[in-house]
Amino acid sequence: MIKKILMGIIGLGVIALALFVVIAWESSIDPIDPPAGDQFTQEQIDRGEVLAGLGNCQTCHTNNPDQPYAGGGAMPTPFGTIYSTNITPDPETGIGQWSEEAFARAMREGVDRSGTHLYPAFPYTHFTRMTDADVSDLYAYMMTRESIQAEAPENTLEFPFNIRMLQAGWKLLFFDEGRYVAEEGQSDAWNRGAYIAEGLGHCSACHSPRNQFGAEDDSQAWEGTVINNWYAPALNASNQSPVDWTEDAAYAYLRSGGSPYHGVAVGSMSEVVHAGLGLAPDRDIRGLAVWLSDLADAGDGEQAASQAASAISNAHGGSNTSATMSEGERLFAYACASCHYNDPSNPNAMRPEMSLNSAVSAPDPVNLVRVTLHGVSQEEGMAGVIMPGFADAFTDQELVSLLSYLREAHADQPPWDDLEQTIQAHRQR
Amino acid sequence: MATEFQLNGQAVTVDIEGDTPLLWALRDDLDMTGTKYGCGIGMCGACTVLVNGRATRSCITPVASVANATITTIEGLDPNGEHPLQKAWIKTQTPQCGYCQSGQIMQAAAMLQDFPEPTDEQISSVMGGNLCRCMAYVRIREAIKLAARELNGGDAVEVSATGGADNE
Repeated sequence: MIKKILMGIIGLGVIALALFVVIAWESSIDPIDPPAGDQFTQEQIDRGEVLAGLGNCQTCHTNNPDQPYAGGGAMPTPFGTIYSTNITPDPETGIGQWSEEAFARAMREGVDRSGTHLYPAFPYTHFTRMTDADVSDLYAYMMTRESIQAEAPENTLEFPFNIRMLQAGWKLLFFDEGRYVAEEGQSDAWNRGAYIAEGLGHCSACHSPRNQFGAEDDSQAWEGTVINNWYAPALNASNQSPVDWTEDAAYAYLRSGGSPYHGVAVGSMSEVVHAGLGLAPDRDIRGLAVWLSDLADAGDGEQAASQAASAISNAHGGSNTSATMSEGERLFAYACASCHYNDPSNPNAMRPEMSLNSAVSAPDPVNLVRVTLHGVSQEEGMAGVIMPGFADAFTDQELVSLLSYLREAHADQPPWDDLEQTIQAHRQR
Repeated sequence: MATEFQLNGQAVTVDIEGDTPLLWALRDDLDMTGTKYGCGIGMCGACTVLVNGRATRSCITPVASVANATITTIEGLDPNGEHPLQKAWIKTQTPQCGYCQSGQIMQAAAMLQDFPEPTDEQISSVMGGNLCRCMAYVRIREAIKLAARELNGGDAVEVSATGGADNE
């Protein structure tokens, strides 16, 4: 009897495994000779270049700016480190042997040419929304890049995450394949923004928290999270900034790298704005801004100006003299205010106003800590404006005083409880 | 490491470690000694120069971070040293020992672009990080307002030929 039950269980297990293998198995797509450059029109390649920027492909797909798209970029995850692959047309180490069909399958189904499942660190879960024409143009651009021979390092994923076939199970649970469907009742600009943001732009890959399986947690969509040691703010109405993300503020931020009401783009978001969106036409940026301001449930420009004025006025507070100032306030007055002081009626994006700054009102201090320690380079933020880092100027304790003061006086938010640890963790670059 | 930038309208190259403060590149490698060393930690303003037109503490700014930027020091503020601020500084006999004054003037020049008609609060807030051991603050405030008048199309600041004050 026991034997029969055991046999039955084993039998069911074998059937389940066989079924899973059938579901997980993907065919190989025949290799091709790398396509000749003249197979594509220049217009197609140019459109593909803009799309590659919207997808911010270059940030992950290299670890060396002199070797664009050659792979090797490390992506630390809770399951181990995943290295991005070479997507230049090199036939051996890149995607030179990939037909457009193989490329489209990878983008939309997360399966490589040989039939192997890709990890969702490659955001095919978003790219699946792309139109045929966009996939085709992106293929034209990628296949006409300089071919670079470079083998990506082996991933260091732990068992069982290193078994790629199991990704088929992950896909059953978390992957919803399909093209973007325009929302009726929304404007063309809104739909353009949503198409970019939810598809190629894969904004929520950073701006939404993930669950224990590494999938975006739909119940907390757009609520912001720390990723790669930067805090990616909430993009919905739970965003803590004192001023709403109006369409104009979002447009200014995405086009120029800074919004007078929120601050400047640094770290990975700076790469998105400058290297990524730099070539995108105004229509795309405007679309993103329309969609974003709707997601954030933003009020109008007049309301934003009044929100800003009251936040700045509150921060200016009383007329303290240096004798009665706290250490943090004194440090701010001497080291920061020359650049960061603003008139309540007219905050200047080039003088990022701390009482409006997203890094000061964020639930995690990491952005403010990193910028204070290491500054903002010419390439980041607004064009040409630099901020020197204060890592060599301030002790940890002085930074705690300064940043606690900012949090208390310049944000309507509770104190950070991990400020000192964050400073210590990021003092070295 | 070689770093190129524009200094007072001239293309210059310095071949020094990239983490060297801009202040030492200016003073030691490019002989622009008008910019002074005060505290070395961005807390006193004596080393202020303009980077792409914005006031920047050169003592904590690594030279590599200003590659291809446009730098203006006190020597380049005006070809003849007659920027309205410089004239106002002479007219009001603002400096005493003078050590912090190039930083004060550069900070004020940047401020007047953002706040063309500065109020006392704006001057105090923006200039608060530029310390003056001689306590010339009252005259600094007066000189800034004088220069602002000329920059806003009002009366030009007149300085006598001897360069001294008019003993008003």
